[in-house]
Amino acid sequence: MDFDFTEEQRLLRDSVGKLFASRYADFEKRKAYAKLAEGFDRAVWAEYAEAGLLALPFDEAQGGFGGGPVETMIVMEEIGKALAIEPYLAAVVFAGAALRHGAGAAVKDDVIPKLAAGETIVAVAHTERSSRHDLEDVTTTAKRDGDHFILEGEKSVVLGGDTADWLIVSARLSGSRRDRDGIGLFLVDAKAEGVSRRGYPMQDLQRGAEISLASVRVPAARQIGDLAVLERARDETIAALCAEAVGAMEALVALTVDYMKQRKQFGVAISVFQALQHRAVDMYVALEQARSLAIFAALSAADDDEAARGKAMALAKAGVGKALHFVGQQAIQLHGGIAMTMEYKAGHYFKRLTMIDAMFGNADHHRRRLAA
Amino acid sequence: MELSFSPEEIAFRDEVRAFIRDNLPGDVRKRLIEGREIGKQDIIDWQRKLNAKGWAVPHWPRAWGGQDWSPVQEFILLDELQSAPAPSPLPFNVSMVGPVIATFGNEEQKRKFLPATANLDIWWCQGFSEPGAGSDLAGLKTTARREGDHYIINGQKTWTTLAQYADWIFVLARTNPGAEKKQQGISFILVDMKTPGITVRPIQLIDGGHEVNEVWFDEVKVPAENLVGEENKGWDYAKFLLGNERTGIARVGASKQRLRRIRELAAIERAGDAKLIDAPWFREKLADVEIDLKALEITQLRVLAEARKSGKHGRPDPKSSILKIKGSEIQQATTELLLDVVGPLAMPFQGSTDPDDDGNAMPIGPDDAAEAAPTYFNWRKISIYGGSNEIQRNIIAKAILGF
Repeated sequence: MDFDFTEEQRLLRDSVGKLFASRYADFEKRKAYAKLAEGFDRAVWAEYAEAGLLALPFDEAQGGFGGGPVETMIVMEEIGKALAIEPYLAAVVFAGAALRHGAGAAVKDDVIPKLAAGETIVAVAHTERSSRHDLEDVTTTAKRDGDHFILEGEKSVVLGGDTADWLIVSARLSGSRRDRDGIGLFLVDAKAEGVSRRGYPMQDLQRGAEISLASVRVPAARQIGDLAVLERARDETIAALCAEAVGAMEALVALTVDYMKQRKQFGVAISVFQALQHRAVDMYVALEQARSLAIFAALSAADDDEAARGKAMALAKAGVGKALHFVGQQAIQLHGGIAMTMEYKAGHYFKRLTMIDAMFGNADHHRRRLAA
Repeated sequence: MELSFSPEEIAFRDEVRAFIRDNLPGDVRKRLIEGREIGKQDIIDWQRKLNAKGWAVPHWPRAWGGQDWSPVQEFILLDELQSAPAPSPLPFNVSMVGPVIATFGNEEQKRKFLPATANLDIWWCQGFSEPGAGSDLAGLKTTARREGDHYIINGQKTWTTLAQYADWIFVLARTNPGAEKKQQGISFILVDMKTPGITVRPIQLIDGGHEVNEVWFDEVKVPAENLVGEENKGWDYAKFLLGNERTGIARVGASKQRLRRIRELAAIERAGDAKLIDAPWFREKLADVEIDLKALEITQLRVLAEARKSGKHGRPDPKSSILKIKGSEIQQATTELLLDVVGPLAMPFQGSTDPDDDGNAMPIGPDDAAEAAPTYFNWRKISIYGGSNEIQRNIIAKAILGF
């Protein structure tokens, strides 16, 4: 039993902290990055690459650092605190996991070094208009045609999909709409003929895309796995999201507590009122319980036993989801009107936290999974 | 980062499990599983077995039976006792008065009391709370007036748990009523329950049980040598005592055991056409508690890992207040789940909570039904005693959030 970081992990945390201190300490910069054509600043992304963050989870064979879920947790907590909008979760954590677990050596050697260097962005296109959170609910089809597959279908709310150079698309090879069997993952060149996309900002200033695939030809060698790979990548991403939520909640609790000490009403700082103190304490308790679940998720994310891993992620996502709504809502209430403004940071934490709950199944979804 | 215990710790855990399996009487375990009271003698016998093994007071100084264990090892023992379930060593003895005497008492007091306290030859009760001094404990009014080489104690204590079994009581009493601050002028005094002038009156709680008492002191004459430490320094010792009991406060092991039992019972109970355990609404309620409990289990390990680093006698970690708040909420939630499980069979009042009454009346419903409602009623106490959850929030507000 040990909850300490190693020396290397502490260095990682410090270097990520430094990166965000220089790039995000001024909150106005975040808005400026979001207004750029791609919705984020490539120069910041290049600094992720220089700091080794984009290579973090990959094997040394592809120029990576062989980091595990704890290293990802460290980075994601800092991303959560900074409210960083670069597509790290979409490209490195989620798509990266699909590549690591699904792709063959040739595809890995081709794509991962460029992803790790910040030259290529990869996104996973799995959600469909009516699939909700069920990864096996796939109507997009893949039909074999010689040494190619032909993909046909529509993908929705693809995280980081608007700037991706490669899309990892889930498509049905056989079976009916909700069958668990017969699903393949295909690495699709985003510029291939038949791929069209409409990018947009999301509520939290991150980016998404609607993607159409009309008779898109994909070389057979670019099939990179099946539903099991997608689920494994999803589980690792859930663990990362739990850590991001903890980082955001930690910053939001601190912001709220500070504000309570500054804000005067009735001639005193509102932090002297016990009704408000206890509410802030309940936020803190929810944060620490969520932190425990994020640690649990990280330490379970590499479990090869699918059932145990899936259960751990359902438990963590459900618990963190409940906590983030509570912390977010209370933070707005304790701040009062100021937190309702676009100008102030608290509302942006609230929005990001709310989106984290909406990703890969909200608290109720995972509670039901756990109860099933 | 690593969640699991070390091989040595796991070996110790297995040793504890084996000891409990081989030594805990089956009827005691059965009563605990069903949420029933166990008798005074059962508690004494069990603590003596633990003490013979060296496990009743491992956290005490080595000279008085302590073991120099890490906080983790102390935790493993308590957690295994809770989850067996087996009785824990009597907290008034091993976590409260024992460490106070061992730390602040004189040699004579240590010799006289510590071995007997560890072995439960003396049963202690706690004379702290008063009708007017609950969360505001320093507002206590009981007085100890010095007369020659005696103190004369007058006043009333309340919520005194199991005073009806107790041989001795440790009392906080005001020795200097003129002190500037109410925390000053309080002393910590050991009193033989057989001393003339002490009256114990039972308080019946809402579950019908007799667990707590009023203890009245009318001109009770106590030798001055029974003062612990210095006169008028009792508040410091009381704070030491209250900050001392940290491991096991979350009672994660106990809640895990209760959830296992609830699952077993729900697998027998029918709800409509299916078993209760298969009803989605029930499974989701169960899942809610399991999520909270898993988070608490890891929070507890985090607090423990910190305690291991800061050494045995580091300051109490204010994060322990999380353990008390969430631990009590979860324990209370398990009592609600059990009410769900037994349904209407929770309604009959099934008689005596007297542990020595074997209950010849024909039970109504399964074994656990009789205690479901009384336990639900009784366990509301958990968020009140030991520093109410609101006091715990005050601690976090001050010590962690800096309000």
